Amino acid sequence: MGNALMNFTINGQSVEVEADIRSSLLDLLRNSLGFTGTKKGCDQGACGACTVLVDGERINSCLALAVQYQGRSITTVEGLGIDGALHPLQQAFVEHDGFQCGYCTPGQLCSAVGMAGEIERNIPSVVTADLAADSVAIDERELRERMSGNLCRCGAYNGIIEAISETLVKTPASSQERVRA
Amino acid sequence: MSAQSDAAAPQPALPGRWQPAVTQDPMLRKHGAQGYGSLGQPVSRIDGPLKVQGKARFAAEFPYEGLCYAALAFSTIARGRITALDTAAAEAAPGVVLVMTHRNAPRMKAPSLMMSSPTAAGASDLPVMQNDEIHWNGQPIAVVLAETQEQADHAASLVTADYAPLPAVTSFDEARKTPRQLDNLLGQPPVVEIGDAEAALKGAAVQVDQIYRTPRHNHNAIELHAATVAWTGEELRVHDASQLLDLTAGQLADIFGLEADKVRVSSPYVGGGFGGKCLWDHQILACAAAKLAGRPVRIMLSREGVFRVVGGRTLTEQRVALGASADGRLDALIHTGIVAMTSHNSCPEQFTFPARHLYAAKTIRLAQEVADMDMLANTFMRAPGESVGTFALECAIDELAEKLGLDPIELRRRIEPDKDPTSGKPFSARHLIDAYDKGAERFGWNHRSPTPRQRRGGEWLIGMGCATATYPYHRFPGGAARIRLTAGGQVTVSTAVHDMGMGTATAQAQHIAARLGVPLTQVTFEYGDTSLPRGVIAGGSTQTASIGGAVIAATEVFVEELLKLAGNDSPLAGLSLAEVETRDGGIGHCDDAARFESYESILRRSGRDELVCEAEAPPPAEMEAFSMHSYGAQFCEVRVSEVTGEVRVSRFLGSFDAGRILNAKTATSQFKGGIIMGIGLALTEETNFDPRTGRIVNASLAEYHVPVQMDVPAIEILYTDIPDPQAPMGARGIGEIGITGVGAAVANAVYNATGKRIRDLPITLDKLM
Repeated sequence: MGNALMNFTINGQSVEVEADIRSSLLDLLRNSLGFTGTKKGCDQGACGACTVLVDGERINSCLALAVQYQGRSITTVEGLGIDGALHPLQQAFVEHDGFQCGYCTPGQLCSAVGMAGEIERNIPSVVTADLAADSVAIDERELRERMSGNLCRCGAYNGIIEAISETLVKTPASSQERVRA
Repeated sequence: MSAQSDAAAPQPALPGRWQPAVTQDPMLRKHGAQGYGSLGQPVSRIDGPLKVQGKARFAAEFPYEGLCYAALAFSTIARGRITALDTAAAEAAPGVVLVMTHRNAPRMKAPSLMMSSPTAAGASDLPVMQNDEIHWNGQPIAVVLAETQEQADHAASLVTADYAPLPAVTSFDEARKTPRQLDNLLGQPPVVEIGDAEAALKGAAVQVDQIYRTPRHNHNAIELHAATVAWTGEELRVHDASQLLDLTAGQLADIFGLEADKVRVSSPYVGGGFGGKCLWDHQILACAAAKLAGRPVRIMLSREGVFRVVGGRTLTEQRVALGASADGRLDALIHTGIVAMTSHNSCPEQFTFPARHLYAAKTIRLAQEVADMDMLANTFMRAPGESVGTFALECAIDELAEKLGLDPIELRRRIEPDKDPTSGKPFSARHLIDAYDKGAERFGWNHRSPTPRQRRGGEWLIGMGCATATYPYHRFPGGAARIRLTAGGQVTVSTAVHDMGMGTATAQAQHIAARLGVPLTQVTFEYGDTSLPRGVIAGGSTQTASIGGAVIAATEVFVEELLKLAGNDSPLAGLSLAEVETRDGGIGHCDDAARFESYESILRRSGRDELVCEAEAPPPAEMEAFSMHSYGAQFCEVRVSEVTGEVRVSRFLGSFDAGRILNAKTATSQFKGGIIMGIGLALTEETNFDPRTGRIVNASLAEYHVPVQMDVPAIEILYTDIPDPQAPMGARGIGEIGITGVGAAVANAVYNATGKRIRDLPITLDKLM
């Protein structure tokens, strides 16, 4: 059980690091590389706090062995902003109070960005009624289902949905009204 | 508590000073909305941008040179002695720095039980890794330090132990056979009797007499409990995830035999607390191991470790018996029962507290006991007592309303008291019926059928329920605040309090801006560090009012100092504290707009770069003189599948009377967050305890079901926003009240939908099949 020299692209930068081959991507990011924006909440894929994007797709980094993600492009919460400014979703989280303690927030943000990509690629969810439709009809229920892998114990769920609806995935106005109510 | 009693004695009048219970917070005198600046406005969180960028540094994220990582091994029996402990394999594992057990741990004093002294912070008073005794299944038996977390985790798995078990009480049914009466219930009498309630119940025209049960719960903040600790000689530095900073520092000093000022604990960001982020064994063990290794240590509990080491809410069994006259007046109100506890802690889950203050009744009997078990110390979790107490009481009220043929809100109107039903004290402010009326109208309560099973949509039966929310106002003594004003007009207020997401930093900045009459942009609120003036704990919905009391006191000193500095050449010359107010970035005569001088002008004329004032809050005499509580009316709509028994909460509305709201945005989040945790309490949350072994068997977030996005409906929040004349800023606490009443509102809605009364939480589908 030795160390290995590993190579990644993290937030657009090439990174080379020697680490224990048992390291999860999460521990590698947090402990070896100092990307502490990615959070550990359960270390067993149950809470989503560790969600990062790998080549644009969301994964639980606690369930990912770092050594398997070499050469891939990894985006963490630190890499979401654009030219030092907040990503529109980050700004919307602040405005809609899509968090309280802020610990699950990086995972929620990365998860939402990944989810928007899934919707663009027309990937259905378990609540999608018409699997054959050319584009999945997105409403509040779809968003809630698709974001249910990211726990928020403070209970900022409705603010999170408002923020996502306003920026990433436009939902019908009536659906948004219901969330806001 | 004695300090509070002394405080109730009349004190000599000090003109212009706030005298709790006698005068109002002078800020409440300010005229018009202008005087309050941004107070109450939905200002976004000051720390929001940091948090959404992942830049807010939590306890496990502070780097240190030479840092090593900790992992724990846990006992597998509930009670007994360790007869053999084999650490050789762990010590030989790669990267291991040391293995600490009771054999080589530094000698440490045992913690003292929280509230037993001003510096006590112990969740239990058991010594920590000082002997071979085992007191609960899951107790840490070894700490492994290694160069990486992976190495520490692996080595901890190699520690083996043999035990000589002792008889253990791990079954609640067994424990309750020998109940114990506590001397007091968090300072209140454990038994309250007014008249002969049992006799009145027997003679009452209408009776409800039921048993309600609530299970164990765990806080399950998403941030795992963590600490990064480092010794420099005899000085200890702790980066903790904490909601009781000063108590933690004082307790650690006591445990390690240090001077109090040699321990510094900080916790600027906490990833959720809910009562769970207090002092438990892991911080103490990390400090001990760091001392032993001579290196900084980071400990982050695994999720299983959180369940093993950090206590949760205990289980309750409650009897509520109500006797009423046919016109809906209470002849008898009985709320009794028992909770599981241990002999080494004191956290009685005070479920009889709501019934002490909510309803008028001719006779009252309230009593609760504890059943000692061999288990991890239980602890405070969001609205301890009230969250589960309101479940029983408010379900019983609903049952009584049905028997009386009354709308449940009308019943509450008829039993609304005009003074506190058990203490006889006047209410400082109580607008519960207002909250019900506004909530009922907005929710469409008039669409509810009083008869169950009247609405359906396909397989889904639809019902509505309501329940009262309540939580006491408390203001803890001992907190201080420091105000620093610079010649440039910047104001910094400092006190060692906490923001675990409640919005403290933001709401307090708004409060300070309003109190001192300066723009919000010129205010900094410093918190989260024991190097600041002593703060109160973040618990019991007390922090906002407690900070308020300290800031009022500091402001009085601040104004008096400025009046002195202003001297005779100022328009303020000759004015006293009682005659002036802070406004528009300075001090002015209360009734004469022309007599005013700005802070900057006073400092400039007196040649000062800055003014620093510090004061401690006056004792909370208002709590002695008045019955002070927040109230609310919770409204729930559920859909229950007739096919599967599945319950979905489809709508929720909380209508609260919590005094003045300081920040509409963060307060709304607090209320919603409480309601969502209440939905978990109602429907899914249960810590499963194996009665044979005393081991928690669902120690993971995969098997302990906290509400997820899909479980949460649209939630509407209303609040009266009526200032409480006795509270600083007119604000009572709002952190806990959101969860209270939710369990009952859901259960009552489930009854309305299905005709089934579920008196045993959580309301899982098997109970509805």
